Amino acid sequence: MSGPKRGQKDRPVPDTQTRPRVGLFATCLVDLFRPSVGFAAAKLLTDAGCDVVVPPQTCCGQPAFNSGDRRTTRDIALQVIDAFEHCDYVVAPSGSCAGMMAKNYPELFAGEPDMARKALAFARKTFELVSFLTDVRKATGVEARFDGTCTYHDSCSGLRELGIKAQPRKLLSSVQGLDLVEMKDSDVCCGFGGTFAVKYGEISASIAARKTENVTASGAPMLLAGDLGCLMNMAGKLSREGKDIEVRHVAEVLAGMTEDPPIGRAHDE
Amino acid sequence: MVAHPTTTHFKDNAHRAMLDAQLQKALANTRTGFIEKRVLAVSKLPEFDALRDSARDIKDHTLAHLDLYLEAFETKVTEAGGHVHWARDAEEARRIIVDLCKQYDADSVTKGKSMISEEIGLNSAIEAAGIKAVETDLGEYIIQLRHETPSHIIAPAIHLNKEQVEQDFRRVHTELPKDRDLSQPTQLLTEARAILREKFLAADVGITGANFLVAETGTSIIVTNEGNGDLTQTLPDTHIVIASIEKIVPTLEDVSQLLRVLAPSATGQDMSVYTTFSTGPRRAGDPDGPTNYHVVLLDNGRSNMLGGEFEEMLRCIRCGACMNHCPVYHSVGGHAYGWVYPGPMGSVLTPSLIGVEKGGNLPNASTFCGRCEEACPVRIPLPKMMRHWREREFERHLSPSVARYGLSAWAFFAKRPKLYQFATGVAMRLLGWAGSSRGRFASLPMASGWTKFRDMPAPQGRTFQSQWRDRGGAR
Repeated sequence: MSGPKRGQKDRPVPDTQTRPRVGLFATCLVDLFRPSVGFAAAKLLTDAGCDVVVPPQTCCGQPAFNSGDRRTTRDIALQVIDAFEHCDYVVAPSGSCAGMMAKNYPELFAGEPDMARKALAFARKTFELVSFLTDVRKATGVEARFDGTCTYHDSCSGLRELGIKAQPRKLLSSVQGLDLVEMKDSDVCCGFGGTFAVKYGEISASIAARKTENVTASGAPMLLAGDLGCLMNMAGKLSREGKDIEVRHVAEVLAGMTEDPPIGRAHDE
Repeated sequence: MVAHPTTTHFKDNAHRAMLDAQLQKALANTRTGFIEKRVLAVSKLPEFDALRDSARDIKDHTLAHLDLYLEAFETKVTEAGGHVHWARDAEEARRIIVDLCKQYDADSVTKGKSMISEEIGLNSAIEAAGIKAVETDLGEYIIQLRHETPSHIIAPAIHLNKEQVEQDFRRVHTELPKDRDLSQPTQLLTEARAILREKFLAADVGITGANFLVAETGTSIIVTNEGNGDLTQTLPDTHIVIASIEKIVPTLEDVSQLLRVLAPSATGQDMSVYTTFSTGPRRAGDPDGPTNYHVVLLDNGRSNMLGGEFEEMLRCIRCGACMNHCPVYHSVGGHAYGWVYPGPMGSVLTPSLIGVEKGGNLPNASTFCGRCEEACPVRIPLPKMMRHWREREFERHLSPSVARYGLSAWAFFAKRPKLYQFATGVAMRLLGWAGSSRGRFASLPMASGWTKFRDMPAPQGRTFQSQWRDRGGAR
């Protein structure tokens, strides 16, 4: 099997005929907090005709990048690029991490032409999960069933860095039994912002409170999004407010893998 | 009046702001009005994105040749019979303006709305010279009565409600009959207008800012909705313009491009009610206008931004769209930022002007949601520049030591995948076990910044990588 052509101007031409080797970048939050999202992503990729591999990984480096530590960011970026060298694509169930790798890695190596080329090639083969399924693998639907109503939060990085808005809605509309109702301001930040959520916890929670108000007002008993950071923030705020709304990563519903309790809930709840 | 910077107390300021019920109610209105009006205005301009590109390019070109255009502007102003004064910093600008007021024997000064005036603390300097300074923009007038600073760059009194304004008018306008109904905004407006009319007629000097300065003609331009700026600059015998150097634009054609993105982005108008061009003093045959015309050009740290990673900030045309779309501004309002410029543009500009040692909190207090950049009419990459400030802080060891220590501990593991997987494997098993009964934590000692305000979902237990490995998944 041949890999995508490197060094061309546009992203690699998707080859939907053969089975590409997709490196799943689980993201640190999914790896540590919610492995079920990783397995859901792997299932969706396999169903879309990909061979899934999970190279050893830690984090995309965004916490260091957004804390102003360029050297650590660069070290981690190099590590990620090397670990996924053998993959045709790199796919993450997160617009935030995929955005970091696809948009910000190349600029870390300004002034190092060889490395910059490598980072650019890596960036071009990196995608967020749902948009990879629709835009690269040309998926028009999924084989899944979920009886219920959900609302969808557009996470900022996916929306504004990668243009992810229609793709999750398109795939969700193919889930049998599922209704999607839009909440007000679905495209407004939930207040997570990585380390911001801890460093400026009170402001972060105040922003989250406006989000949970809109989620609640939508009437949907389930909230979906494509980024675990945002989901943990919103789930944590909803449960603190005593609101009985199920929070899940969109991949879990798309893969039909919703046996595990929702985010922030226990098995017997 | 200029505020003594309280940017270092940003967190405390924000805390108070979030507990202020009246302020929160006022902010709720800002979260929708500006945004909806902008969307509507932009929807009527299919060429809006092309205009934004053009606006960005005009500003970039000007900044690349700033010295040339500033000197051309000075030449044209002088040819028209006006005077240009160069002020390196706030102190110099204050001195030039106060000296001019004294030179013209001014007893009272009227002022159009100007953020540069706020930046240099002009009013208190004028008052200290024994001259009365009256703000004539309604919002500025109100906050002047309250001895406050603007909380928004285009809507300075947006943090107040009409009941507070009525109280202030009754307190200061002593001749106001007690039984006069002032419950409606238009009644407040009528009252302010009656008072201000006398001030306009009595003023010896009128001071305005400038939205744009045109190099090819020596013209200063103000964009207003109340007409107060026109009365400020045409009625008194002397007109002083105070503007920062990046307000310069090469030609009238360029200004017309920038005006097309300014009002839609700011208030959702196609154009502001008044767009007023001033070129030099009154000429023979002019029906009105000042006898004396002065322009004070302020640097105050801006030339240091040229050629560096913050140069793009100098494209800003002060529309306020970034703060109108900012979730942090929506939560804390403008005063919490602790200096003249709030919101995302302030978070980039403030450290440039007062130093990152004082202003460092601001670029950190952002979720990087990117909505500001998305709304910016001149496409300033605001989140990227806030990140650059964090880099400067990190390099200079200005960030809090707890954060630095946490980051380096995390980085140690993140750079060693095997060790990381072992350590996180153990930690997640423990945390997962500890959180298994409720599925979440109401408090976590290491993450109280999180758990004080919301629950922390518990991990499921085993890490994804360890489970993948155990299931024989390909790597």
